[in-house]
Amino acid sequence: MLANQIGYYSLILGLISSIIIIPISLKNYHQNNETIDRKIFSLSFFQFFFVLISFIGLVFSFINSDFGNETVYNNSHTTKPLFYKISGTWGNHEGSLLLWLLVLTFFIFLFLVKSKSQPKKYRILTLLFQQIIIIGFFIFVLKTSNPFNYLFPVPKEGLGLNPILQDPALAIHPPILYLGFVGSSIIFSSSLAAVVQQYISKSWAHHIKIWILISWFFLTIGILLGSIWAYYELGWGGFWFWDPVENVSLMPWLSLTALLHCILVLEKKTILTSWTIILSIATFILSVSGTFLVRSGILNSVHTFANDPERGLFILFFLFFLIFLSLLIFFMFHKNGNYEAVKINFLSKETSILINNWFMMYFLSVVLIGTLYPIFLEVLTNEKISVGPPFYHKLILPFLVPFLIFMTVVPYLKWIKSEFIKVRIEIILLFTLSFIVSFLLFKQFGFESLVVSILIPFTFYLFLITIKDLLSKNKKNFSQKISHFGFSFLVLSILLNSIFSSEIIINLKEGERFNFEGGAIIFNSLEENNGKNYKSIIGNFEISNDKNQSIKLMPELRIYNQPSIVTSEADIKTTLFYDKFLVMNSVKNNEYFNVRYQVKSFMIWIWISTLILAVGGLFSLTKRLYEK
Amino acid sequence: MYGKKVKLRVLFLFLVLITLVLSIYLILKSLEENVVYFLSPTEIRNLAEIKQEKIRIGGMVKNQSIIINSNEINFIITDLKNEINVSYSGSIPNLFSEGKGVVAEGYLRDRNFLSATKILAKHDENYMPPEVKEALGDK
Repeated sequence: MLANQIGYYSLILGLISSIIIIPISLKNYHQNNETIDRKIFSLSFFQFFFVLISFIGLVFSFINSDFGNETVYNNSHTTKPLFYKISGTWGNHEGSLLLWLLVLTFFIFLFLVKSKSQPKKYRILTLLFQQIIIIGFFIFVLKTSNPFNYLFPVPKEGLGLNPILQDPALAIHPPILYLGFVGSSIIFSSSLAAVVQQYISKSWAHHIKIWILISWFFLTIGILLGSIWAYYELGWGGFWFWDPVENVSLMPWLSLTALLHCILVLEKKTILTSWTIILSIATFILSVSGTFLVRSGILNSVHTFANDPERGLFILFFLFFLIFLSLLIFFMFHKNGNYEAVKINFLSKETSILINNWFMMYFLSVVLIGTLYPIFLEVLTNEKISVGPPFYHKLILPFLVPFLIFMTVVPYLKWIKSEFIKVRIEIILLFTLSFIVSFLLFKQFGFESLVVSILIPFTFYLFLITIKDLLSKNKKNFSQKISHFGFSFLVLSILLNSIFSSEIIINLKEGERFNFEGGAIIFNSLEENNGKNYKSIIGNFEISNDKNQSIKLMPELRIYNQPSIVTSEADIKTTLFYDKFLVMNSVKNNEYFNVRYQVKSFMIWIWISTLILAVGGLFSLTKRLYEK
Repeated sequence: MYGKKVKLRVLFLFLVLITLVLSIYLILKSLEENVVYFLSPTEIRNLAEIKQEKIRIGGMVKNQSIIINSNEINFIITDLKNEINVSYSGSIPNLFSEGKGVVAEGYLRDRNFLSATKILAKHDENYMPPEVKEALGDK
């Protein structure tokens, strides 16, 4: 009970700090000295500190299973393992918003401390814009989703956490994703401040790039974790479903990736200023919209969790306010004329980055329209539709071909102007090699679609080129080379995965055997086990191939006691080249079990390559910090 | 007349506009071809004609309706006003059970029968499809 009250009042103190910071900052803004008042630093720190205390208070309520707290009652249970009691803190709506707030206040404090070399007025303005966002979230949390609501009489037992969320990957997925989302808020505030101060310049670009890299890194890792979780926990054996909830995390990622490339140009030359600002605003707006779409329950998604329309309405208003504010500032203060008149040559890095941005924007609009169109259609005509993977594949895959070709050429272009690339023997060699490999693959296996057959050789080519770059002695742009390598590797793994994977779905009884071409699935026996808060049924399966080699797979069904939900835990045997994936489901206590056996090729490489992609960003970040 | 810079600007703007229009057209066109309509059993009963395209049906799995054998599952989706038979072979989500919400995707054979290619169940045990909620509310 005590932790609960401390948490609540601490949250209110956090809001009060916000209200005090604003007038002090405004006063400091108009003073003609170059230093920021110490008070602002302390207040910003205290604000973070109060939110932290509040957050710890909630964590304590969860650990102690204080069911007098409504959030704890709804999402926890005494028999739940400690780790999931803690992760349950942010596994629900109220707690996850408190986490948003925590990261928001932490990042602005970090920004204040780490931006000493920047102009004072710009820093204070960034703080002010960030405080507007923070106040919005404080009111949102306190008014519509207070994590410290009382329940009386105090219930004896909680309702428990949705078992599919009781998972290590999903325990850290939200915090990591939020670091990415909320990092974009700093980019948003800072770009608005820079617009007001006419400070969109090379030095601004250099300084904000750190924040872009931080958000991009965490967003990438966050999406990766969610994807891994979906792969083994949801039992579909895929890693991306084009589900609206996944799409809303991909959209800020695409616009942030565009921004990351764009800021490289701005760092060298004062061009593309308006575009950079628009991207900064768009990334944050997309992050908040993502929260809105997921939390309001508007999305007709298989991931839909219980929700509340009042919250959606609040975020919608807040969203409109932010869009209005940023557009107002953009049109009132942004002047394009002040910057150096520059010519852009067609064969330069600038153009190629513009092309990159064009592709990113195209992918973004595909995802955006695919996600939002069903919502608009339902509002307008009351028809319910869903947009599935074929839509995205059809629109994205063909455009991936020119995109990959550009990626092979572009890193060879120099800044400002470059000669046509001297065609080197090795490049031709690699090109031929990739075509030969693809042709052999094609002859051996035959690909389903024309697009994939065209995509394969170019992906191979990009893959070889990026490896060549990575191994070259020239260590310039090393982080870019890592990331580009990771990306080409990712595309290659996804393609190979989609071509070579196979699956068998069958209903089997205990003791039965199913023969398929090249092997058999044998359902040997069932055993029962008891976990901490669930009972499990384990199936002993054997997969044998025609050479009489066999492996054992033991998928599990977990029957959780509170809430009483059955989840199935797939058993996955991972090797370098493929995953063997077996999952079983029971239907209505029938003796038949629904068994799904999949061979997923190159699965582990999809995770590893995404990790390499993200590490490129991290590398660039550490290099930057080291140089300082 | 106009300077070189202005001409370039106009050309650039023109190109941007063209690509914009083209990509929007492309997106909307394939959207038209690739959407899956979401219907309730009642809406299916009232369909004027049965098209050979993929649809989704949402509702509740009727009690005592699941019949399972080695390669197929048969069940009935109801919105408490009308019902539809579904036959399906493929993998079943965990939360698929009688009396719970379900979404089946597949092809209509006639107004009473859907041959499903995919089954989705919601992740949340408290979740109820809006159609079912509406139907329950009407009673």
